[in-house]
Amino acid sequence: MDKETVISVKDLTKKFGNFTAVDHITLQVRRGEIFGFLGANGAGKTTAMRMLCGLSLPTSGTGTVAGYDILRQAEEIKRHIGYMSQKFSLYENLTVWENLNLFATIYGMSAKRIKEKTDAVFRALGMENMRNVLVKEIPLGWKQKLAFTAATLHSPDVVFLDEPTGGVDPSTRRKFWEMIYRASSEGMTVFVTTHYLDEAEYCSRISIMVDGRITALDSPAGLKRQYHAGTMDEVFRIVAKDAKREN
Amino acid sequence: MKNVIDIQNLTKRYGELVALDHVSFSVSEGSLFGLIGPDGAGKTTLYQILTTLLSPDEGSAAVAGFDVVKDYRKLRTEIGYMPERFSLYPDLTVDENLHFFASLFGVKVKDNFDLIAPIFDQLKKFPNRMAGALSGGMKQKLALSCALIHRPKVLLLDEPTTGVDAVSRSEFWGMLATLKEKGITILVSTSYMDEAERCERIALINKGRILDVNTPGRLIEGMDRNLYNASSKDMYPLLEAVRTLPDVKDCYTFGATLHITANDGFNPDDAVSKLRQKGLEDARIWPAKGNIEDLFIKLAKEDG
Repeated sequence: MDKETVISVKDLTKKFGNFTAVDHITLQVRRGEIFGFLGANGAGKTTAMRMLCGLSLPTSGTGTVAGYDILRQAEEIKRHIGYMSQKFSLYENLTVWENLNLFATIYGMSAKRIKEKTDAVFRALGMENMRNVLVKEIPLGWKQKLAFTAATLHSPDVVFLDEPTGGVDPSTRRKFWEMIYRASSEGMTVFVTTHYLDEAEYCSRISIMVDGRITALDSPAGLKRQYHAGTMDEVFRIVAKDAKREN
Repeated sequence: MKNVIDIQNLTKRYGELVALDHVSFSVSEGSLFGLIGPDGAGKTTLYQILTTLLSPDEGSAAVAGFDVVKDYRKLRTEIGYMPERFSLYPDLTVDENLHFFASLFGVKVKDNFDLIAPIFDQLKKFPNRMAGALSGGMKQKLALSCALIHRPKVLLLDEPTTGVDAVSRSEFWGMLATLKEKGITILVSTSYMDEAERCERIALINKGRILDVNTPGRLIEGMDRNLYNASSKDMYPLLEAVRTLPDVKDCYTFGATLHITANDGFNPDDAVSKLRQKGLEDARIWPAKGNIEDLFIKLAKEDG
């Protein structure tokens, strides 16, 4: 695998008994890309993402994430990725700094490096005065920035964002996407799921999962050409309408 | 037409925080009414008062003719409520959940099954599956079925489609339209602005205050003024560059383009040549049509 490919999987499959949740998916994500991983509810996105994060072993198929083998080096993968879940997952009763320190320590960062990185982040985000505030007391927009920061403080090769803007209002989710844009322009690789199809337009490339398979994969402009659609919303409806699986 | 939800000067405080600040509006019988506002605006507090789970500090509210404080017991039998979080029993099956909610209201599932049949039919395939093991779209259909099984007059839905994909969301709104035709009044909150546009009337709420109540069409009147699209193959550099231009009030991502809100003095041709000087040689700017999403962003910015 060349250095510029951060995720590369081939025929990745996960079965639960007779049910094939993920059915031979193949994809590559290049360094610095914002990769949008779309699909209907129940299409298999979460199962696929868990395999990419080293949390679940594939039934068959091969691949590497951040240069590590997903079959044999799951622990190494976990160390070299960041993950932000849909549910807000910071500790509400810890301060902003305590949360960052906790996550950074879990990722094995030294005290010196944690201090350097958090100082830089607080400066960049203009959050210096929030350092000692309890997380439950800060507004949602800041919580999201903080959750993203906690997932990326250890400079992972790729950060996985699982519906980071679910239920978030239009102006707050735009601020979040600007942070993704900025991180990507600085070389971070972003793997993101969303149900807001305007957000799909902000990705470098998109895959759409239907019934466990990836049935479409291209840039937003390429997909719109391919499906003769004006928006990603139309593309999604065309691709997802043939789903057989219950959702 | 008579009002099925009537809210007068409703106020709720949590210590120093004013969650609802003299909120007043009404919802007429059989209508589909949207409640739109950022996180922390007070929407969930309002739902909790209307469902009698919280008492107001000041003001009054009545649902289906019953006061939320004095007549709370009677009120509860007239409403169906879908809270923001999935609140069915994950370790009961699909059928057990439905029968449980029916028995709470003293009705038989078969008595009102016609009302939920179009929704519940999609769950019929797995009556014995645990509710916790259903996918997001199916959980939502079960929750709606349980909220409707006692044939309520009013349906109170707090962000029912969060985490639901675009196709299932369309289906869900199709079901709401059917319920409305049967005379059920619906109050729904959402963070999807395409859904807001499907409501007959909308209340915009921020920081506990109602900013405006009107039809979607009336609310966005005048939004097109000094509103432009911008695009380039380098969207993030374009966003940063547009924000430095004179007479630009705001610039934000809008799907495949950026939207610019500008002062009267803004000249698109001058702006394009400035962007080209900055190296964005394919930059284009042209007039845009405003919608509820633009309105929301404008209000959020004005209100800090």
